[in-house]
Amino acid sequence: MKIVAVCGMGIGTSVLLKMNTEQALQSLGVDAEVEAADIGVARGAARTAQIVLTSAELADEIGDVPATVIVVDSFFDVDEISQKLRDALE
Amino acid sequence: MSVNLADELTSIVTRATADDWRAAITLAGDGLVAGGVATEDYTREMIETVEEHGSYIVIAPGLALAHARPSPAVLKTGLSWVGLDTPVEFGHPTNDPVRLVIGLAATDHDGHIAIMAALAQALVDPVRRERLADAADADEVRALLADDSH
Repeated sequence: MKIVAVCGMGIGTSVLLKMNTEQALQSLGVDAEVEAADIGVARGAARTAQIVLTSAELADEIGDVPATVIVVDSFFDVDEISQKLRDALE
Repeated sequence: MSVNLADELTSIVTRATADDWRAAITLAGDGLVAGGVATEDYTREMIETVEEHGSYIVIAPGLALAHARPSPAVLKTGLSWVGLDTPVEFGHPTNDPVRLVIGLAATDHDGHIAIMAALAQALVDPVRRERLADAADADEVRALLADDSH
């Protein structure tokens, strides 16, 4: 499974989101590849991914993609990310 | 992963006042300029990032990670720290108001991963974030961050 963590610039928030998503996946026992991407390449990356994680504002910019888009409020909150991933994977 | 976050902070300002989010980001940008990390153009680029993509840089309650993409305005990778005396609204739906602004400049997309990991580790606990935002001076910030690495 491929998961994309998206932020505006691809250097800050998406990197944090990728790290915490990997932690969340580990706690869920799910094997997946997590990629950090900026909004410019996110639409392309989202076409081949099953799940996209991002913030509310950037989710609007990504628009319609085949992947499930998960909106994360706190990029530090592994519990929130775990919960939302679990819901999406069910 | 053995990055000492305190060493990566080229500038620490505490109990600062900013009238709005632009002023708060400008303080973080000033810190990057003072630390020789970036030029003033980068401050403008960080503000443009919010103008273009919104307040998503407020990545956790009370915490903004001000940054822009790698550009000629970035001289080296580094962080600046701004603790705000009065909380500032960034327009984020869930994480406003902001008490701590961290300025990030990176020369490329993955040379600073260890710094980001250290940052996440230091700031993941909301109680610790609050204490760091309340810190009176740079020494207290560094002491709190050093305490975290144990």
